[in-house]
Amino acid sequence: MRGIGYQALALALVLGVAWYLISNTLANLEARRIASGFAFLRREAGFEIGQSFFLSYGAADSYLRALVVGVVNTLTVSLIGIVIATLLGTAVGLSRLARNFLLRTLAGGYVEFVRNVPLLVQLFFWYAIITEVLPHPRAALEPLPGVFLSNRGIFFPTLASTPELQGFNFAGGAALTPEFAALLAGLATYTAAFIAEIVRAGILAIERGQWEAALAVGLTRRQALRLVVMPQALRVIVPPLTSQYLNLTKNSSLAVAIGYPDLVSIANTTINQTGQAIEGIAVIMAVFLTVSLTISALMNWYNARIALR
Amino acid sequence: MKWLRDNFFSSWAQGAVSLAMLALLWHAVPAFVDWAFLDAVWRPDSKACRAGEGACWGFIAEKHRFILFGTYPYDEHWRPAAASALLVGLWIVSLMRRFWSWWLVPTWVAGLALIALLMWGGVLGLDYVENERWGGLILTLLLTTFGLAAAFPLSILVALGRRSELPVVRALCIAYIELIRGVPLISLLFMASVMLPLFLPAGVSIDKLLRAQIALILFAGAYLAEVVRGGLQAIPRGQYEAAAALGLSYAKRMAFIILPQALRIAVPPLVNTFIGFFKDTSLVLIIGLFDLLSTIKISLNEPAWTGFGIEAYLFAAVVYFVFCYAMSAYSRGLERR
Repeated sequence: MRGIGYQALALALVLGVAWYLISNTLANLEARRIASGFAFLRREAGFEIGQSFFLSYGAADSYLRALVVGVVNTLTVSLIGIVIATLLGTAVGLSRLARNFLLRTLAGGYVEFVRNVPLLVQLFFWYAIITEVLPHPRAALEPLPGVFLSNRGIFFPTLASTPELQGFNFAGGAALTPEFAALLAGLATYTAAFIAEIVRAGILAIERGQWEAALAVGLTRRQALRLVVMPQALRVIVPPLTSQYLNLTKNSSLAVAIGYPDLVSIANTTINQTGQAIEGIAVIMAVFLTVSLTISALMNWYNARIALR
Repeated sequence: MKWLRDNFFSSWAQGAVSLAMLALLWHAVPAFVDWAFLDAVWRPDSKACRAGEGACWGFIAEKHRFILFGTYPYDEHWRPAAASALLVGLWIVSLMRRFWSWWLVPTWVAGLALIALLMWGGVLGLDYVENERWGGLILTLLLTTFGLAAAFPLSILVALGRRSELPVVRALCIAYIELIRGVPLISLLFMASVMLPLFLPAGVSIDKLLRAQIALILFAGAYLAEVVRGGLQAIPRGQYEAAAALGLSYAKRMAFIILPQALRIAVPPLVNTFIGFFKDTSLVLIIGLFDLLSTIKISLNEPAWTGFGIEAYLFAAVVYFVFCYAMSAYSRGLERR
C-alpha cells in the first residue's frame, strides 16, 4: 500500500516539474513571438552546405532538405567510420596478443595514448595535420597514381574521371573535404583503440584448453584463432562492440567543432537562423534515438544468431 | 639471447614482421626527435618559429598563462593555481583506500568552500572575480568535480529506482537513463544553452557555466547509474534476503548493507567512467566556455601564432593524458588487489 503512495508521489513530482517547465516555455515563446511547430521546415534555408553525399542541395532548398542532407552526412561518416574502426581495432587487438615484442608494445602504446586523450583534441589534431602539414594542391603528395593529398582535401579517381590540377585546385574525380577526412580519421582511430581492448578481452576470455586442443589436432596458430577461438570469442565481443558503434555514431556529432556539416551542425545553423530551438533539438534527439535503437536491434539480431543454441 | 629469439625471431614470418617494425621505427623516431627536440624553437619568438624546421614550443611558453588560467585577472593567477592544486590534492586523498571514511565528506565541503573563496574572492582583501572570467585548467577541473559530486548521488538513486519493485518508479528511471544515453552529449549541451532559458519564468536567468554544469550532471548521472546498477547486480541474493530477514527498513538495508558492498565492487568501472567524463568536459568548448582545450584553441587565433595547431594540440593531449593515465593506472591497481 505504501508502495502505491510513493509511486503516486514520484509521478506527481515529475508531472508537476514538467507542467511547470512547459507552462514557462509557452509563456516565454508567447513573449518572444516565436510560433512553435514544424512549419518552418518548408521555408528556404538560404545557407550552403560544404559537403553532401548522394543528394543535391542548394541554398534555395528548404530547411527540411538541409536537415536530411545532415542526416545522410552523419550516417555516411558513421558507417564508414564503423567499418574502418572495426578492421583497425581487430588488427590492433590481435597485435596486442602477438608473440612479437615490438608489435605487442607498439599496439599497447597506441591503445594507451589514444584512449586517454579526449576525442575533440584528436579531431583538432587531425584537422591541423591536414590543413597545416599537407602541401597546397599545386605541390600535392601523390602516394598512389591519381590519388592526391593536399590541404584542400583528398582527391581520388573514380570510374568516370580522374582528378586533375586546374588553377589552384583539383577538378574531376572524387574528393573528401579536409573536415570529412579529419572527422573520419579521428573517429576511426579513437574508436579502434576501444575496440582493440574489447577484442583482446574477448580472446583472453577463451580458456587455454581451447587453444591447446586446437593446436593438438594439428591446426596452426592462425587456423586455431580463426576456426576455434574467434567464433567463441565473438559471443563475448559483440555486446560491448555494439555500445562502441553507438558511441561512434553519437561522437560523430563533434563534427560541429571542425565544421563538417553533420546533422547537429546543420540543426544548429537552423536554430540560429529561425529561433526554433525546441523543434531543432527535438529533431536531433529523435534522429539519434532512432539510429541508436536501430543499431541496437541489428546487433542484437546478430548476437542472437551467433549465440549458443 | 633466448628472450630476443622468442620475442623477435621465433619464425621467418615473425622475423619479417620484426624487421618491418624496426625499419618503421628507424624512420619515424629520429624524425620525431629532430622535430620535437633538436630543431625545436623554445623561446617565444614567432618569427624564429616560422623560419625554423622544428616544433614551436615557444608558442606554449608565450601563452601558458592564458592557457592555464584563461581571462582571470593576470595579477591574481595565484588564486586559480592554488585552487587547482587544492582540488587535485582532494582527489588524490579521496582515491587512497586508507582515507576512505565519513571524514571525506566534511573534508570535501571545507576544501570546496576554500576553493570558492579563492575563485570568487570579495572578502579578506581578495578582489571579486565573476565566474564569466574563470577559465583554463581550473574550469575543466571544476566542471569535472562538481559534475561528479552531483551526478554520483543522483546515479545511486536512479540505479536503485531502476531495480525497484515499484513499476512507475522503475519506468521513470529507465526512461531517464535510456533517453540520456541515446543522444549525444552535444545535444544536451545545446539544449542547456538554448532551451534552459526558455524553461525558466521570465526575468530569471542562470549563467552559462551553471547551464553547462546542469547538462553535464544529467549526462554523467545516467552513465554512472548503469555502473552502480552493475555493482548492485553483483551482490548475491542472500545479502538482500538476510538484510530483509533482520527486519531492517528499505532505506537501512540499502544504506548499511547493500550499497557499501555494491559501491566497493563498482570502484574500477566507476573510475573508468570518471575518466570518460573528464575527457567529455572538453565539449563545453562548443557552447563557448573557456575550458583548457578552449583556451588553447583561442590562443591559436592570434595572427602571430596561427598555424601552430600541431604543437598546441599535442600539448593539450599531453595534459589530458597525464590526468587520465594517472587515473587509469590507479584503477588497474585497484583491480589487481
